Amino acid sequence: MTDITTEKARIGAPSAQPFINGFTEEGESLSPLNAAESKAPLAGEAVKRHSHGGGVGIPDSSRAGRLTSYKLADFKPLTGMEEDWRFTPLKRLRGLHTEVLGGAAPAVSITAPDSVRVETVGRDDRRIGSAAIPEDRVSANAWENFAEATVITVPSEVQVDGEVSVLLTGQGTEASAQHIVIVAEKFSKSVVVLDHQGTAVVSENVEILVEDGAQLTVISLQEWNDDAVHASSQQVKLGRDAKFKHIVVSLGGDLVRVTPSARFTAPGAEVELFGLYFADAGQHLEQRLFVDHAVANCKSNVLYKGALQGRNAHTVWVGDVLIRKEAEGTDTYEANRNLVLTDGARADSVPNLEIETGLIAGAGHASATGRFDDQHLFYLMARGIPEDVARRLVVRGFLNEIIQKINVPAIEERLTEAVERELAATNH
Amino acid sequence: MSTLEIKDLHVSIDTEQGTKEILKGVSLTIRTGETHAIMGPNGSGKSTLASTIAGHPRYNVTSGTITLDGEDVLAMTVDERARAGLFLAMQYPVEVPGVSMTNFLRTAKTAIDGEAPKLRTWTKDVKEAMAQLRIDADFTQRNVNEGFSGGEKKRVEILQLELFKPKFAILDETDSGLDVDALKVVSEGVNRAHGEGNMGTLLITHYTRILRYIKPDFVHVFVDGQVVEEGGPELADRLEDEGYDRYATGAGAATIAAASAAAQA
Ligand SMILES: Nc1ncnc2c1ncn2[C@@H]1O[C@H](COP(=O)(O)OP(=O)(O)O)[C@@H](O)[C@H]1O
Ligand SMILES: [Mg+2]
Repeated sequence: MTDITTEKARIGAPSAQPFINGFTEEGESLSPLNAAESKAPLAGEAVKRHSHGGGVGIPDSSRAGRLTSYKLADFKPLTGMEEDWRFTPLKRLRGLHTEVLGGAAPAVSITAPDSVRVETVGRDDRRIGSAAIPEDRVSANAWENFAEATVITVPSEVQVDGEVSVLLTGQGTEASAQHIVIVAEKFSKSVVVLDHQGTAVVSENVEILVEDGAQLTVISLQEWNDDAVHASSQQVKLGRDAKFKHIVVSLGGDLVRVTPSARFTAPGAEVELFGLYFADAGQHLEQRLFVDHAVANCKSNVLYKGALQGRNAHTVWVGDVLIRKEAEGTDTYEANRNLVLTDGARADSVPNLEIETGLIAGAGHASATGRFDDQHLFYLMARGIPEDVARRLVVRGFLNEIIQKINVPAIEERLTEAVERELAATNH
Repeated sequence: MSTLEIKDLHVSIDTEQGTKEILKGVSLTIRTGETHAIMGPNGSGKSTLASTIAGHPRYNVTSGTITLDGEDVLAMTVDERARAGLFLAMQYPVEVPGVSMTNFLRTAKTAIDGEAPKLRTWTKDVKEAMAQLRIDADFTQRNVNEGFSGGEKKRVEILQLELFKPKFAILDETDSGLDVDALKVVSEGVNRAHGEGNMGTLLITHYTRILRYIKPDFVHVFVDGQVVEEGGPELADRLEDEGYDRYATGAGAATIAAASAAAQA
């Protein structure tokens, strides 16, 4: 184990506001969480532990101090100045943060082997809230408004051949709420694909429970139409020795904001969080992830890669990794790489590693945004390769590292083709 | 039999201080089977000439012509020039992230030939050429030039020369930064390519030592954007002994240039 002498190191964090001892921000610290009232399992201890730390000495920008609650009213209306919304164009959320989400949610159509249980349940189902708690206002808004939830269960010790395919087809532009629960029971092994298509304005909560010894891969594909708006909180809770692989692929939509969170509850568990995004002119693709190392001896590995082309293509990647005092023996690495293909595109990348214990196996982060520049282009063209082919060659190679991790040939092929289509779009 | 003809070429670049003329009237004719050495001190404009032939966008041709078998090279895009048969081995080969050597070589070969190479023979050709240039087999899996040493980059340039089979090869200081062994290996590669009989070679160098391995038919001395003296291989020997000092820049250079232009006419 590496012995890091710094008690608490914050690397790459956006400059934390100076915290003044004893200072409380009234609105926030006095906000009643009413945790006891909620029946949801995460609301008790978790809410208290995660509740906003404005009054107890945790600076606002520490991920540990972020407010979480099932109640929309606990989250103040958004201004765009909040740390977790500062990059998001709120105007383009089309009411996901302000309106009652009463529109028809994207239609759910599931193809799954017989061994997998698929149910549609009401709001009072005991599994609702078993793995997730909203971390922002838009997620809480969906939690308060969803009509019914889809619950997918992979029973204990079942190894599923092939993947569970969940097709979510948008039903139009009325702001809506969606709720999905995925439970991978003990020692099961499976792959679930969430395939988002069509036109929707939707806030979605995906709860993922990976029980002891289970292995689960969740692939979330955002291939929306150009006018879609999608906020998706995808939270996973891991049991002992559980393994979870998450792959987020965002290609289509006007604004897509995916916020994956992983929480360890017992030692020996491992998460791999991968992402691929390709923003064209005018698109806003945002990914903010959180890995909460709250227990000892867990592993996390994060790699997101993004390509951008066209005017006002904007991508955001924020990677919050928190290694709590209890989480000795943690091994974590996170990286984000962006490739800017044309002028006028902008990639924001903020790795944010907080370490509260010195007794860890490893912790690292990396962030790099490179330009596909004239020198690369000249070299390839000087070998006879036409400009469009050269561009494709570079981007394909760059993104392939993530596509290869999917391991579902049909989806790999589909994404390779989708990337080619993105490149063919002449918006630069 | 092909001819690459450069006539009275003037080239300038845009700098923060304004336009700067670098090539001040260069004329040169190379035919298939010939090896021309261009020798000159640092900053004399050798790379500018090479990059201009390849079509690098930084260099503006203000007057003069470049033709390949009568075709206007200056009217072609960079990739068209390569497909027409021009190859530039760069002084500083560029690292291209995300693109494996295998993929790159096959894509370039396909573009140059207008059809994909037959997979079996292609793989064999690549392997053999790599072995002859002492390039490790695992380089094919690595990204183009990424993390290669200076010498490795130069050998990979010559690998491409051998695989792409251009009509004219322009080698921009391929020898600089190579140790004696690497210099031999690289020179052998150039000689193999040249020896096939379908290529003309323009060898740009600062030093004379590569001329022990690659025999030029013509030597052109390049100073301050102009050819100031021309001759046969013996001129290289004189340069080895005397250096570039006697080609003082300024009025002297212009006189020599005029004399050499007259000699060529
Ligand atoms: N991008 C550039 N910006 C400013 N000056 C340049 C640039 N490229 C070349 N030069 C100048 O042009 C002249 C010729 O350079 P170059 O062609 O590289 O010479 P050589 O290859 O003979 O060393 C030098 O004076 C050099 O400083
Ligand atoms: Mg040079």
